[in-house]
Amino acid sequence: MIDRRPFVQKILKNRKDNLRVVSGIGTSTWDIMSAGDNKGNFGFIGAMGQSIPFALGLAKSQPDLRILLFTGDGDTLMSLGSIATVANHPVNNLTIVVLDNESYVETGSQPTATAGKSNLELIAKGSGISNSYTVTNENDYEKIINTIYDEEGPSLIVVKCQAKATPLVFPHSFDGSVSINRFMSSIKS
Amino acid sequence: MTGINKDWRNDIYGVFKDLNITMVSHVPDAGHTPLINLCEKDNEIDVVTLTTEQDGVGLSCGAYAGGRKSALLMQSSGVGNCINALALPNICRIPFLTIVSMRGEWGEFIPWQVPMGLGTPKVLEAMDIKVFRADYKDEVGSTVDAAARFAFNTNRSAAVLLSQKMIGAKQFKNG
Repeated sequence: MIDRRPFVQKILKNRKDNLRVVSGIGTSTWDIMSAGDNKGNFGFIGAMGQSIPFALGLAKSQPDLRILLFTGDGDTLMSLGSIATVANHPVNNLTIVVLDNESYVETGSQPTATAGKSNLELIAKGSGISNSYTVTNENDYEKIINTIYDEEGPSLIVVKCQAKATPLVFPHSFDGSVSINRFMSSIKS
Repeated sequence: MTGINKDWRNDIYGVFKDLNITMVSHVPDAGHTPLINLCEKDNEIDVVTLTTEQDGVGLSCGAYAGGRKSALLMQSSGVGNCINALALPNICRIPFLTIVSMRGEWGEFIPWQVPMGLGTPKVLEAMDIKVFRADYKDEVGSTVDAAARFAFNTNRSAAVLLSQKMIGAKQFKNG
């Protein structure tokens, strides 16, 4: 099981200019913010289930950028149908990394469906995202970086993580309009 | 320019073209089908078929973040699916436009359509969506145009309800 915080930081270290990063509600947003403030980040702090469709809309609108979504198993499970939508309206510049700790850590570590019988890699494959794999070893971060920048998307990578609480790292602003306008300024420039 | 075409769906399509709306997502409804077909034939418009209406909210917002305008087409039954997702355009002040074909109001045959039909305007207003309504074919184009401009000019969410009186209530036959 991977320690998610340093793993995310490793993936985002030396990020390229053509990368934009979105994160789903919960720990994923604190994870990406822990890698350093960047105008090219947009983190959800609510609207659970909407990060995958958001990332799809962004990827369709900006085909020359590489779009990376970090989100959790809880957020992903809330909108499983969106994986089918991504598969059937494919964007070659989108990578979804699911930080799967098999639990709703922020609310008291109740187990999610992936702690039981459900497997997000197989759900992604069954939905039609053929480039889907699971990572359990921290040394595999370079494989993920290769997928993000160089492989034909869409891709969905399940990163099996430890279910432990991590310190909250707040974004530049909790005001959504400030966050989205700042993010959009990174696309215009 | 929003001329009045033989089919009011062409008027909505005209608004999409006028305002450079280039992404249209939907969970289909028979009332929207001619419009969906027009958009499918247009190479400048991406049509995204959703599995649930709420995903159209996130999709629209992501598209806007990337510089594209979009619209979500759905039936009134889908509005309830969108409630929490509507927090996203609200808190981010992202323009959001949806066009809703109404069921459960005018000559409805299926009782199951009534609860969400009755709830649709209330639910949208509860989420601070500006609700526009078209009851007659000759006002569809101007209403969608007004709603779209409201959304994209003021960075708010707007919904157009297309009344069942105008669309026509289907009467079902057993067997």
